[in-house]
Amino acid sequence: MDSVNSAAKTELRKTPLNALHRKLGAKMVNFGGWDMPVEYPSSGGLMAEHKAVRNGVGIFDVSHMGDIRIHTGKTSGGALAAVQHISMNDASKLAIGQAHYSAMLYPQGTFVDDVIVHRLGEDDYLLVINAGTREKDIEWVRQNTAGYDGVVEDLSDAYTQLAIQGPHAAEVLQRLTDANLSTIKNYWFTHGKVCGLPDRLIARTGYTGEDGFEIYIPSDAATSERVWNAVIEAGKEFGIVPCGLGARNTLRLEAKMALYEHEISDSINVFESGLDRYCKMEKGDFIGRAALAKASSAGLKRTLVGLETIERGIARDGYKVFDDAGEEIGVVTSGSPSPTLRKNIALAYVPPGFAAIGTIVSVEVRSQRIKAQVVPTPFYKRAKKAAPQAVGTA
Amino acid sequence: MAYPANFRYTKEHEWVNVEGGVATIGITDYAQSELGDVVFVELPKLGAKLEAGKSFGNVESVKAVSEIYAPAAGEVTGANEELAKTPELLNTDPHGKGWLIKVKLANAADVNSLMDSAAYEKYIAEKGKEASA
Repeated sequence: MDSVNSAAKTELRKTPLNALHRKLGAKMVNFGGWDMPVEYPSSGGLMAEHKAVRNGVGIFDVSHMGDIRIHTGKTSGGALAAVQHISMNDASKLAIGQAHYSAMLYPQGTFVDDVIVHRLGEDDYLLVINAGTREKDIEWVRQNTAGYDGVVEDLSDAYTQLAIQGPHAAEVLQRLTDANLSTIKNYWFTHGKVCGLPDRLIARTGYTGEDGFEIYIPSDAATSERVWNAVIEAGKEFGIVPCGLGARNTLRLEAKMALYEHEISDSINVFESGLDRYCKMEKGDFIGRAALAKASSAGLKRTLVGLETIERGIARDGYKVFDDAGEEIGVVTSGSPSPTLRKNIALAYVPPGFAAIGTIVSVEVRSQRIKAQVVPTPFYKRAKKAAPQAVGTA
Repeated sequence: MAYPANFRYTKEHEWVNVEGGVATIGITDYAQSELGDVVFVELPKLGAKLEAGKSFGNVESVKAVSEIYAPAAGEVTGANEELAKTPELLNTDPHGKGWLIKVKLANAADVNSLMDSAAYEKYIAEKGKEASA
């Protein structure tokens, strides 16, 4: 990951929970310029953390994520117009209290970043963005909304963001809040008291493919640690463990959720990534729309597929993909052993002719080529019962 | 976990135990704890020639691939076949059941230049300090 190396010489950024992670004995890594826990040996390590989230509950510090608020200026609707201009999904369809997955695009239809857009109020939006792209994203938002009557605020450092994820996440968090979590549908949110802190944003979102919540609390270390410890205490009977970026990655990969610089980047367009269901061409103009309209009629050069290795070996990020005849046809964007499926899985870009389920390709693992098969994605899908489901939202 | 006094150790965190001209080679407890859950081990074929300091295989954890380096020159006479099915032996018993290969050393005296357990323990203690600095 280039983003990991580029900041190696500079001072790493720390979340308000950094000291706590170190006290817990977490293995720390440089992730996009941030000093972050990759796994906690005290939780049993990556595999145990992954399983806790699939079967019980886990807590992640995701305070490195950025938050951009765009709220109304002098005229109502200014913030919405700004969001519509920079985000490919249709924010006019959001109710207050609802969120959706979207992306900000370059004019050529490739990715600035993927985002979750929350509608906080009448003309008030919160965009949650990635850590590694924070500065770039904020600059992008400011520049491209300058002509709109919306006020852009970078709230990234104002929040400690905790993700509580797993089939027991709702039960655990319910013990700490007066908000009725059973009424919050997937990709909706509310405000409520959490650990005595008033008016906290509580969203039923996550990056694990499991039911769960993301909560936003004040970013001072004392409050952050107090809430973290309260969640751990409330989750004890369900075997809650702290989880690091390692498990976050394997969980999101099983659920086929995109990671910036892997499945999406400034050189991959929306159709190639398969995220076009979140791209609403009919909503009116937005940055990237014109290029995408052209791209869709020109046909795809490559598409994202799921692979499972058939022969012994693990296909990893950046490994090359070949066809039967030995021609190089593509590249793996993310690959790992899947702790849930106990198979070696990967996502890869290949030409559409190789995208049919069951197609056999090979992946170059060091000096050998091992066979892999195109399989349906997501690799893992949770049984939908924990959260009441939203109707008619994408 | 204790580092056996009769083993020798490399800076790349392999151990070597020489008995009657045959060396058993593995990775240290420190190495396995840095790697995390080991899920895949790639070892050389019997008869393969090892060069001191050169990579002879790979250990993969869920999150990363790490090369393993030969502590000394020699010829591979055995490989731990259990690891194909139970690679986690590297995590649970790195200095015992998690051994990797057996090697007929070209020159048994070569291993004398490697660290003994006291030197290795000091070496990893220093590494620990660097990491938390």
